[in-house]
Formats: sequence, structure tokens, C-alpha cells
Amino acid sequence: MADNAASVRLARCAKTFPDGTRALLPLDLEIATGETLVFLGPSGCGKTTLLRIIAGLAEPDAGGHVWFAADDVTTLPIERRNVGMVFQSYALFPNMTVAENIAYGLKVRRVDARERRQQASRLLDMMHLAGLGDRRVDQLSGGQRQRVALARALAVKPRVLLLDEPLTALDAKLRESLRVDIDQLLRSLGVTTVYVTHDQGEAMALGDRVAVMSQGRVEQIGTPQQIYYRPESAFVADFIGTMNRLTGTCTDGLLRVQGGALRLPVARATSDHAMFRPQDARIVEPDAGALAGRIVSAFFLGSTTRVVVDLGAEQSIVVDTSERRSFRKGDAVGIDVGADALLILES
Amino acid sequence: MMTRASPGMKRRGPGPRFVAQLLFTVLVCAFLVVPVVLSVLAGLSENFFVGVRSGLTLRWVGQVWSMYRDSIFLSLGIAIACLAVTLVLGVPIAYVLARRPSRATRLFEELLVLPVAVPGLATALALILFYGEWRGFRASWTFILVGHVLFTLPFMARSVLAVMAAIDLATLEEAAASLGAGFAARFFGVIVPNARYGILAGALMVVTLSVGEFNITWMLHTPLTKTIPVGLADSYASMRLEIGSAYTIVFFLMIIPLLIGMQWLSRERTSSMAKRHGG
Repeated sequence: MADNAASVRLARCAKTFPDGTRALLPLDLEIATGETLVFLGPSGCGKTTLLRIIAGLAEPDAGGHVWFAADDVTTLPIERRNVGMVFQSYALFPNMTVAENIAYGLKVRRVDARERRQQASRLLDMMHLAGLGDRRVDQLSGGQRQRVALARALAVKPRVLLLDEPLTALDAKLRESLRVDIDQLLRSLGVTTVYVTHDQGEAMALGDRVAVMSQGRVEQIGTPQQIYYRPESAFVADFIGTMNRLTGTCTDGLLRVQGGALRLPVARATSDHAMFRPQDARIVEPDAGALAGRIVSAFFLGSTTRVVVDLGAEQSIVVDTSERRSFRKGDAVGIDVGADALLILES
Repeated sequence: MMTRASPGMKRRGPGPRFVAQLLFTVLVCAFLVVPVVLSVLAGLSENFFVGVRSGLTLRWVGQVWSMYRDSIFLSLGIAIACLAVTLVLGVPIAYVLARRPSRATRLFEELLVLPVAVPGLATALALILFYGEWRGFRASWTFILVGHVLFTLPFMARSVLAVMAAIDLATLEEAAASLGAGFAARFFGVIVPNARYGILAGALMVVTLSVGEFNITWMLHTPLTKTIPVGLADSYASMRLEIGSAYTIVFFLMIIPLLIGMQWLSRERTSSMAKRHGG
């Protein structure tokens, strides 16, 4: 199925709407053949606009170009780009059966009926939908519809597979299981995939690379690990996971904050703030840590316990610990943070 | 004895309020239905003034058939032509109105409905003033067709538009396009089939209205282009009462299947929509 997969290259792609809104600032981007790139960001950040430009449903502003492999497809409408697209609402055709939906792209391409039936039944098997081919789409559950939409997009052996928030309409548990299915599918097929979501869990799980977007710009693009552990901007750090942020005054490489002081890394020894992830902090004896405070609340989450510690003066931090002890509200505790876990980012 | 006053007791039979409501409903129905029944009986009796006692006959219906056969076929022909034209114009108009909502398209939609609001006589007069000089056109049945299209087009367009507005047409079309379908394939393979209930309902409406249209047609017709309702007026005015009534029967026979079809269709559509939302 990956025979058709193509790399994608965007050059100076921007989008300004007729009312003057700049949905997307000029952007250069490359997606390798077979790679899954996830655009992640809050609503209105431009990720859907970008997807629509790649799909051919929207044109970039003058000067922007889109390539699939060596072909400049900028002026090609979507029906001639040979993409597969999964919509948030699935957009299955109500007038067709499940099998007819899946085979629609082949029918348009004038593939003969027998071949179409074979392809459809192969895809039905692959998507665990065997036996549902003759159903009407309104007789399917949400998860089944989602898989039909994916099968329909894959049936045309697309050069690029485009997924627009495909799991948003489903409940949490189904989302998780489909996420695993989609991940296995994309890896086994080797199809070039562009995936748009506002859910960081999905982005982390599915992306070979993740592009975090905000206000029409790509804030950072990198592997999920890079995005998570080495965010390059305060926006990325805040958007992905939970981040503690402490501000104070810095003297001699020591950041004095409410409740204690943190030793800053040498390279950034003059910053007035530092950030760290909840799981990079440790709870220690009240006098043994760099910071001291009192427990405000503790939530047992199963694999970890999330402890909120008040450092005084309305500064509080979140610590995730896997220690098997109970934390009581009001207990005095010390907090230690490894110097290599501290992040210093200009906002 | 007040049944409502004793909640512990079982109610015996319907209360007085129910009886009053039933009586009122029956009276209203009778008020509407009795004249229709009388008219039908008049068309089937030997002599209306003597009454049914004079005996039942199909003679008058037969006479209507022999005198106005041409009107019946002309009306059917015009209705079918009118349906064809409103389909070809109405479905694309509804599509554009649904896909490109703007001030201009809304204004157009209002204009489209104008011939329904303006008295038919005025529409007809305008047509005669404007096209009356073209003798061939003026004298042919196509002149009446133009009037009927003006009058029925909004019903087709609105009926289709209502269905198109209820489905996410834009995304369905984008999905079809993403799979390689060009405009024609999308329009006939996805848009039209998914608007089929609106198209069918509009079609029945157009045929019913065209067959029954009188105001415009009365002004536009010539002695050689008489439709059923014009013939009806003609027979009421100049024939004996039994023939006029028999004509009513013929008219009923043509229009009632269409009305039943419309009812059936609207029920089909409601239940299929309910299934879609329930599933």
C-alpha cells in the first residue's frame, strides 16, 4: 500500500482569509515518505488550515508552494492530488452501504466492480469490520464509522493520508483503543500521514514528529521526546503536559524563590525563572530539600500520586511521585529538583 | 356524577370534556366534508334536484370525459413538463443557495418566492404584456408552462434546500472530492441521492400545484389550451350542475393519489431521519 506514498514539502505557505485574518504565517516544512507528522495545537492555531492546504481544499497565499515528492501540486484541486482524508465528522455517504462507501474512490477511478468488491472486503477485514459491508452507515457505532472512514481513505492508495481530528468525536476509552489500532496500521502500511489534533496524548503516541502550533506559527517541531523534554518555548512547555514554573531573583547562579532556592545550570545562570516537570521533582524530608512547603492536596492516580505543595505566598507546585506512602494535607515536606531537569525558556 | 372529583375510583367511560371535544371535532369535520360528499353525489345522481332517489349513474362522468379529455391530457402534459423544468432549475438553485449563503443568494431566494405572494392574475398579466406579441408562443401550451414554472419553482427549490441544509453538504462534497470525484460525479453521485427526499417531496408538490393551478392559467389560456381547472370553471358556468359535479369527481381522482403520495413521503422521511439520529 505504501507504493504510492510520497514525501510532502511546503515552501512559504501562508494563509490570509478575505477578512484579513492571518490564519497561517509563512511556513516551510518537509515530511518524509512514510512519516507520520502530527500538527498539535489549540483551536484556532492554524493546524486545520495547514491540513487543508496540503489536502488541496485551501490554496496558500500567492508565493506558497506544495510538493508531493517531485510534483508541484499547488494548483491541483483535491480530487487530483490522490490523497486520502478522514474528517472529524467522518463524512460517510448516507446514501451508500459501508462497502460502497469504502469502494467509492475506486468507483470514481473506474476500477471494475469485481476488483472493487475484493478491495472493499480486504479493507473490511483489515479494519475488523468483516460482515458489516452491507450495513447502512447509520447502523454503525461511532468507532465503526471511524474505521470505515479510514478504510475509505486508504482504499485509493493515497500518496498522503490526512486525518483531521479523527478521534475527537469518540469517548475516551474508544479513543485510546483506536489510537493503538491507528498507530499499528500507519506503521505497517508505511503511508505518509499528516494528523491534526488538539490532544497531546494522541500526538505523542502517533507522531514520528510533532509540530506544536500556536497563532498561525509552528512553535516547535521534533520527536515527541524532544517536544516533551526539550521544549523550546514557554508555550510548548505549557501546552504539553504539566509544567511547574517558579520565578524569583537570581544571585551567583542561585535562583531564590518562595520556599527556598534552586541552583541553575551554568549556561543559564542569570535567569529569573525556572521550570520543571512534576515527575522530575522528588519529595524528601522537610529540611533536606532545596524547597520547603506544605501539602495542599494529594490525588492517588493509580500508578502515581499527584501532590500539590504550597511554597507560601500563593506559589504552589505539582509533584508526581510513585512512592507507596500516603500524603496528608498539611504535612511539611521538602522538594528536590535535579539541576538537569530545570528548563529555562523565554516566553 | 363527577369522575374527576374521586381519584380513588376507577374512571367509568369518557368524561364530559372528552365528549364535548369529540362533538366539536365531528362538527368541524362535517362542516368541511358534507359539501364534498354532496358534490360527489350530485355528480353521480341522475337528477340532483330529485336527489339520490333518482338513481345513480356514471353518465355525467362519461360526458365530462368525452368533452374534456383533451384538457385532462393537456394538464398532465403541462404538469410533467413543469416537473422537468423545475427539477432542472430547482435542484441546482437549491444547491447554490445551500452552498453559498450570502446576502445576494438570500435576496434571490426572496425573489424566487415572489410569484407565490403576488396574485396569480398579476403574474399572468405581466407575462401577457411582455410576451403577448409573440403569437405562436402566446397561443401554445408552453405559455401556460412558463406561468406554472414561475409559480411552482420556489416549492421545488425550498423543499430541496430544506433537506440540503439539514445535512453537512460541504463536508460530504469535500469527502467525495478527496476520493477523486470531479464536480459531476459529486453532484449526481452524492448530492442528488442525499437530497432525494427533498426532491421527491418537491416533485409531488410541483405536480399537484400544476394540475390544480387556476389563477395564472385562467388568464393565460386560449380556447385551445384549456387545463382541468379552467375546464372546471367552464363547466360550472355553462353546463348543468351534474356535469360540473362529475368534473369535480374526475379532478379528485387525479389529485388525491398525489396528496396521499406526499403524506406517505413525509412520513418516510421523518422515520428515516429519526433512524439516522437514533443510530
